[in-house]
Amino acid sequence: MHHFLLTLLLLLAPPAFAQDLASVLQTHRDQIERPSRQTIAPVIEALAGAGPQAGPVLEAWADRRLGLAGDRFVIVESDRATDAVTGAPVADEARVLKPNSGVRGLIGTALVQFQLSDPATARRAAALDAIARGPDASHLDALREIGADPDPAIAARKARLERLLTIRFDPDPLARVAAIDGFSGDTGADLQAVLNPLLATTRIAAVTIPDGANVAAELTPGDEIAEADAYRLLVEAGFAPARLSAADQKAALAAHVVNGTVGGVPVADLSDPARRDAAHDALAETGLVLPAATAAEAEAALTSHHFADIYVEPNAEVTNAARSALNAMVVRRGAQQAADLTLDALSLASIYFLAAIGLAITFGVMGVMGVINMAHGEFIMMGAYTGYVVQTLIAGRTLSLIVALPAAFAVTFLAGVVLYRLVIRHLVNRPLETLLATFGVSIALQQIAKNIFGTQARPLTAPAWLEGSVGFGEIVSISTIRVAIFVLALLFLVLFLWIMNRTRLGLEVRAVTQNPGMAASMGINPDRIAMMTFGLGSGIAGIAGVAIGLFAKVTSELGSDYIVQSFMTVVVGGVGNIWGTLAGAALIGFLQKGIEVMNPGNTLAAQTFMILLIIIFIQFRPRGIMPTRGRAAEA
Amino acid sequence: MRIRKHPSALVFLALLAVFTLAMTLMSEAYGSGVVPTSTIKTLGKTLCLALAAVAMDLVWGYAGILSLGHMAFFALGGYMIGMWLMYARTGEIVAATLANSPIPPTTEELRQGITGQIFGVVGSADLPLTWAFAGSLPMQLLLVLAVPGLLAFLFGWLAFRSRVNGVYLSILTQAMTLALSLWLFQNDNGFRGNNGLSGLQNMPGLTDVPQSMISIWFLWASALLLAGGYLLAAWLTAGKFGSVIRAIRDDQTRVPFLGYSVEGYKLTVFTISATICAAAGALYYPQAGIINPAELAPIASIYLAVWVAIGGRGRLYGAVIGAVVVSLLSSWFTGGRAPALDLGFYRIEWVNWWQVLLGFGFVAVTLFAPRGLSSIIDVIADLRPPRRRGADLGPDISALREKEAEA
Repeated sequence: MHHFLLTLLLLLAPPAFAQDLASVLQTHRDQIERPSRQTIAPVIEALAGAGPQAGPVLEAWADRRLGLAGDRFVIVESDRATDAVTGAPVADEARVLKPNSGVRGLIGTALVQFQLSDPATARRAAALDAIARGPDASHLDALREIGADPDPAIAARKARLERLLTIRFDPDPLARVAAIDGFSGDTGADLQAVLNPLLATTRIAAVTIPDGANVAAELTPGDEIAEADAYRLLVEAGFAPARLSAADQKAALAAHVVNGTVGGVPVADLSDPARRDAAHDALAETGLVLPAATAAEAEAALTSHHFADIYVEPNAEVTNAARSALNAMVVRRGAQQAADLTLDALSLASIYFLAAIGLAITFGVMGVMGVINMAHGEFIMMGAYTGYVVQTLIAGRTLSLIVALPAAFAVTFLAGVVLYRLVIRHLVNRPLETLLATFGVSIALQQIAKNIFGTQARPLTAPAWLEGSVGFGEIVSISTIRVAIFVLALLFLVLFLWIMNRTRLGLEVRAVTQNPGMAASMGINPDRIAMMTFGLGSGIAGIAGVAIGLFAKVTSELGSDYIVQSFMTVVVGGVGNIWGTLAGAALIGFLQKGIEVMNPGNTLAAQTFMILLIIIFIQFRPRGIMPTRGRAAEA
Repeated sequence: MRIRKHPSALVFLALLAVFTLAMTLMSEAYGSGVVPTSTIKTLGKTLCLALAAVAMDLVWGYAGILSLGHMAFFALGGYMIGMWLMYARTGEIVAATLANSPIPPTTEELRQGITGQIFGVVGSADLPLTWAFAGSLPMQLLLVLAVPGLLAFLFGWLAFRSRVNGVYLSILTQAMTLALSLWLFQNDNGFRGNNGLSGLQNMPGLTDVPQSMISIWFLWASALLLAGGYLLAAWLTAGKFGSVIRAIRDDQTRVPFLGYSVEGYKLTVFTISATICAAAGALYYPQAGIINPAELAPIASIYLAVWVAIGGRGRLYGAVIGAVVVSLLSSWFTGGRAPALDLGFYRIEWVNWWQVLLGFGFVAVTLFAPRGLSSIIDVIADLRPPRRRGADLGPDISALREKEAEA
C-alpha cells in the first residue's frame, strides 16, 4: 500500500510540492538514524519525493554508506565523506548508519524508479533484473511512468517486463487478458512463471459451490478425488466428525484396559478387528470415549456435499486465457523437446554405431566363419586408456587427441592381430568356443587394466574447442562433443564403405566372406584376410574407445558397459551389412531415448524395456533388419 | 536307472556321500571341529553351484544351447525363497516387538509392521503384489520352481520357435539376464532394488539353533539336492531323450527328418535345466545370507559356462569338477590366502592377478583341452574315442571334432 501511495505521490506531486531534501532529512533524522521496518515507509516516501538528489542518498543508505557527521548527513566513499545535500567534502569523522535488511528492501523498492532513469545503461539493466527477481505492484506503475529507453535492448526488456507485470498486477481484467493474448507464441520461462500461479487452485468442500466462484473442476468422491481425501476435506471444513483411525482406536482401547478386559472384551481377543470395534462401541455406550462416525454416516456426508477445485484467481476470463496460453505453450515446447530428443537419440545412436562398427566388421565378415569377439569391449577400453596415456605424455590437448586416434588404432590393431593369431584361428568353425575363449581374454584384459591403471576413473579431457554446446533456441541444444562423435561415426561409415568397395583388401574380404574355399583357389589367403579384418575391426574399436572416453569415464569396465548394446546393435541390424548396423544403432538409440521420455528419470527401466523390445523384435526378424542374402547366409 | 550307461553316477554318489559324512564328522557342531563353520558354508554353497553347473551342462554340453543367462534362474530361485525367509523372519521380530503393547496386534497391523521393516529402506509402505504369498512357505517353494520354470518356458518358446540358434541365442539369453537384473535394480519393483534381500541365513523359527548346526543341515540338503539333480540329469541323458538332444546338438537340421520336434525337445531340456538351477539357487542363497540384483549380472552366467567348459562339457561329472575346482580355487585366490609370487622385479598378489590367470587359463583349456579337466579321468579310465581320421563327430559346425574328442 505504501508503495502504491509512493508512486501516486510521484505521479501527482510536481517537484515544487515536495519538501526539499535537506528539510526531509532533518525532519526525519531520528528515524533515519534508527530505522524500523514497520515505521520507516513514510520516511522513504518523503525522501523519494525530495527531487533527483534523493537518489544517491537513498542508494547510499541502502548500501550502508550514509553516515552522520555531527548533525549533518554525509555520504561516505571509501576514504572521504561528502555532504548528502550539498555535495561538499566533509572533514569530520562520520558514523555510518546500518539499516537492517528489511529496511534496505524497502529502500531498494523506492530506488527502482531512480535507477530506471539512471543515465548508465548497466544500472538500468540491473534495475530491470531487480524487478524481474522480485516483482511488485508498485513496479508496474514505475515501469509505465518511465518513458521509452534509449537503449533498444533495455527498451524491449522493459516492455516485456511491463506486460508480464500487467498480467500479474493490473487491476483491470481486460488489460490482463489482453496482455496474456499478446504473448501468443511465446515459450519463455518467465512467462510460464507468471501464468502458472494464475492457475493455482484450492480444494474445497461445501454443501453447494458458492456462486461466482471460479471453478476449475468439480470432483466426484471415489472418482476424481479419493474418498478418504474427500472425507478429510469435510473434516477440515468442520462438516463432518473425524473418522476413527485404527491407531486412535487402539490408543483409546489401551487407555481403558480394566482387569484384562476392555468394554467387556478380553484383551487377548483384541487381535480381531471386529472385536476391537465391539469393545470400542461398548466404551462409547458407557460414555468413556466419543462415538466414531460410522461408515454409513461417512457415506451420507460425502454424498450430501460437493467438492471442487477453485481457482485462487477470481476472474474466469483471466484463468481461461492463462490456461489456453499455457496449453499452447505446452504444445510448442513439446515440439521443441521432440526436436531436442531427436538430436539426443541421434547422438546416442552414433555412439552405439561407433561402438558396434568394429564388432560388425569382425562379426559380420567373420561371423560366417563362426567368430564372435567377446573381448571387443576390452578393445574399446584399451583405446580409451591409450588416449589417456598419450594425454599424459603430450601436453597440448588438441595435439594429444590427434596423436591418440592413430595410436589407439595401432595398439588395438596389434592386439586384435595377436588375439587372432594366438586364439581365434585355432577355433575356426567353433563359434561357441570362440565366444568363451574371447571372453576369457576379456576378463584377463579387464583385470590387467585394473592392475595397471587402478580402479578409479581416469580423465580423458577433450580439447577446449570440443567443450560447450551447440544450441538452437531455448530447449534444443547438443554438446559439441556429441556432434563430433556424430561426425566421426559418419566418417567411419564412409571409410568402411570405401575400404569394402574400393580397395583390394575390401574385394578380398568380400570374396572370403562369400566363399572362403573359392577365394582361396583364386589366390587369396583367407587366413591373412581374416587376420586383417580382425585387426581392422579391433583398431576401429580402439578409436571408438578414444571417442567414448572423451565423454564417459575411463575405467576398466568401460568396454563391458557397451558390449551388450554393441551386440544388440549388430544382431538387430543384421550380420554382415554395414547399413544394417547403422539401422540397428538408430533403432536402439531412438528406442532407448523414446522409452526414457515415457519413464522420465528412470534410465534403468528404459534399458529394461529396450532389451525386452529387442528380444521380442528378434522373434519376428531373427536375422535382423537387413539380413544377409544369398549363399553366405546359409553357410 | 540305467547305471550300466552311467557307471560314473554310482562313483559320484559314493564320493559325495563320503565327502558329506567326512565334513560332518569334522564340523564344529557334530564332530571334531577341525573344519570351521564358514568353510562348511562355502562347501555347501559350492555343492549348489555344482548343481547349477550340472544344469548348465545339460543344456550346453548335451543339447548344444549355450545359455549365457542361466544364473538368472539360479538367482530367481534364491529371490523366491529369500522372500519367504525375510518375510517370516521379519514377522517374528515384529510380533515380538508388538507383543509388548497393551492391545494384541491384528493380522493387518502385523502385515504393516513387516512391510515397514522390509520396504522402509526403499521408501515404500505397501506390500507389493509380488509378495502376496511371501508368508506361506509351501507357496514360495512352489514359486521357486514355477517362476524360473515359467520364465524359461516363455523365453525358450519365443526363441526356439523363431529358430534363434548358436551365438544369437547366447546373446539373447545374456540380454534376458541383463534386463532382469536391471528390472530388479529398480526400487519400485518390489524387490528392494540394489539392497536385495538380506539376513537370509537366519532361519525363521530356528533362532536358538546355532549357525554351526544350520550350516551342516544345509550341507546335507545341498548334497542331497545335488545327488538328486545329478541322478535326474543322468537319467535324462541316458535314455532316448538324451540321444535326441545329443542329436540336436550335433545336427539340428537333420533331427526333424527323423520325426522329432527339435523345438519341443530344446524347450523341455531348457525348462528342466532352469528349474534345476532355480532349486540350486534356493539352497545357495540361504547359505550366502544375501541376494541382490548383481547376482544376475551377465558375467555370473558366463562364469557358469566357464566352469562347465573347464570341467569338461558333455559329461555330468565334468561340470561338477569344473564348478567345484574353479569356485574353490577362486575363493582361495581372491580370499588372499594364496601366497604371493615374488618374481624379483614384480610381486604377484593373487588377489589382483587371479582373474588374469583364470582368463588365460580358460583360453588355454579351450584351445588345448576341449574336454577340460575331465580328460584326466579319461586318461585314468583309459577311455579312447574311435578313430575317425579327422572327421567331425557330426556334420554341423557346432558338432565336436575328432581333435576335441581326443583331447
